[in-house]
Amino acid sequence: MERDLTSRSHHDMGGLEAGHIKPVEHDYELWEKNVDALLVLLTSMSPKLMSVDQLRKGIESLPPDAYEKMSYYERWIFSITQALQYNGVLTTKELSRKLEEVQSRYETEEV
Amino acid sequence: MIPLFQTGNAVRVRKGSPPGHIRTPFYVRGCKGVIERVAGEYRNPEELAFGRFDTPVVPLYRVRFQQQEVWPDYQGSPQDSLDVEIFEFWLEPANPEKT
Amino acid sequence: MKTSSTNERDTKNIPPTTYYQFLEISVRELLIEKGVLSDEDIRNAVKEMDSRGPELGAQVVARAWVDPQFKQSLLQDAPSAVKALGLEIGPVQLLVVENTPEVHNLIVCTLCSCYPRSLLGLPPDWYKSREYRSRAVREPRSVLLEFGTDISDEVEVRVHDSTADLRYLVLPQRPEGTGHLTEDELAALVKRDSMIGVTEVCFSAI
Repeated sequence: MERDLTSRSHHDMGGLEAGHIKPVEHDYELWEKNVDALLVLLTSMSPKLMSVDQLRKGIESLPPDAYEKMSYYERWIFSITQALQYNGVLTTKELSRKLEEVQSRYETEEV
Repeated sequence: MIPLFQTGNAVRVRKGSPPGHIRTPFYVRGCKGVIERVAGEYRNPEELAFGRFDTPVVPLYRVRFQQQEVWPDYQGSPQDSLDVEIFEFWLEPANPEKT
Repeated sequence: MKTSSTNERDTKNIPPTTYYQFLEISVRELLIEKGVLSDEDIRNAVKEMDSRGPELGAQVVARAWVDPQFKQSLLQDAPSAVKALGLEIGPVQLLVVENTPEVHNLIVCTLCSCYPRSLLGLPPDWYKSREYRSRAVREPRSVLLEFGTDISDEVEVRVHDSTADLRYLVLPQRPEGTGHLTEDELAALVKRDSMIGVTEVCFSAI
């Protein structure tokens, strides 16, 4: 049967064909743990500022090629940011200025 | 909320594919299984995903499927099984195989 | 145990370079500036994360092997049993599933990466990979073989897709010939992968 293109989300992969499992793992970097910590804190404070399901929904909404290319915590920080914007915790304007500031901070620190 | 189903009840997973955030895996939709246990009640992830954090809790179940029911071409052993957590609103009663 | 200083990038103090690393810094700093959370909150959350690792799960498994009463309560009500052991796991709805001569359990999350973090720490990359998530539910026996685990056809392989609010830990079978080992020695045999269900616990007397 012809299915609607949106009927099965890209993340919902149980049972699809895939290759051998590469037994890889790495020691998480501090920035990755910071991302994780942000989620833990934002979803457990009262009142919570976002939900775990908002995190998941944001990740699921990534285009398939971005979902595959981005690393795990890259997907997370993308989605956390989006949820915070949506929930009115952060505005796009302040985020944009902060990003510029942070980027230039590290550019000038380069040796 | 009183759970509609009890351990041992035969159920079928609804078949829908609505847009949104769904925690019922695609592969199990339309399949028949048996309630393994009532797993408590939790807030609905489909609403939580849209920022609605205080909707009522709904019963969650663990449903056991025979692998051969889920994958007709299943290669393993006939008794192999698969347990999936499914919210009540994704389940409907199924007639058990002739009692 | 993995700590925040084990990563090479961090120990060498390599500055952030990617867009998403800059984004993490930006969001974190904005939230701190707004008073939503503090730098200390983040550090404590990371510290808490680093304190979680498979040793905790192994401790639970070893106790279940030596104490039948504990094992019974662990299988019935894991959160309370684990708490009675002095381990704090927060509000997690933990379910411990027991491997027996009749059943072998395997844990996966096909939709994302749900994992018993409170007892095993952060999941390994392969657990979150497309390959594992896609195949574990449909061809668990070939997945197990890739981890070197050959389960007899007489044994039921039971896969748990961790899709909602429960988190799963496999209680592996105690290997033969370990009757003389202490609880700590038993715990040392229990590796992370056996508590996910992709391997069994091995013991070879020297």
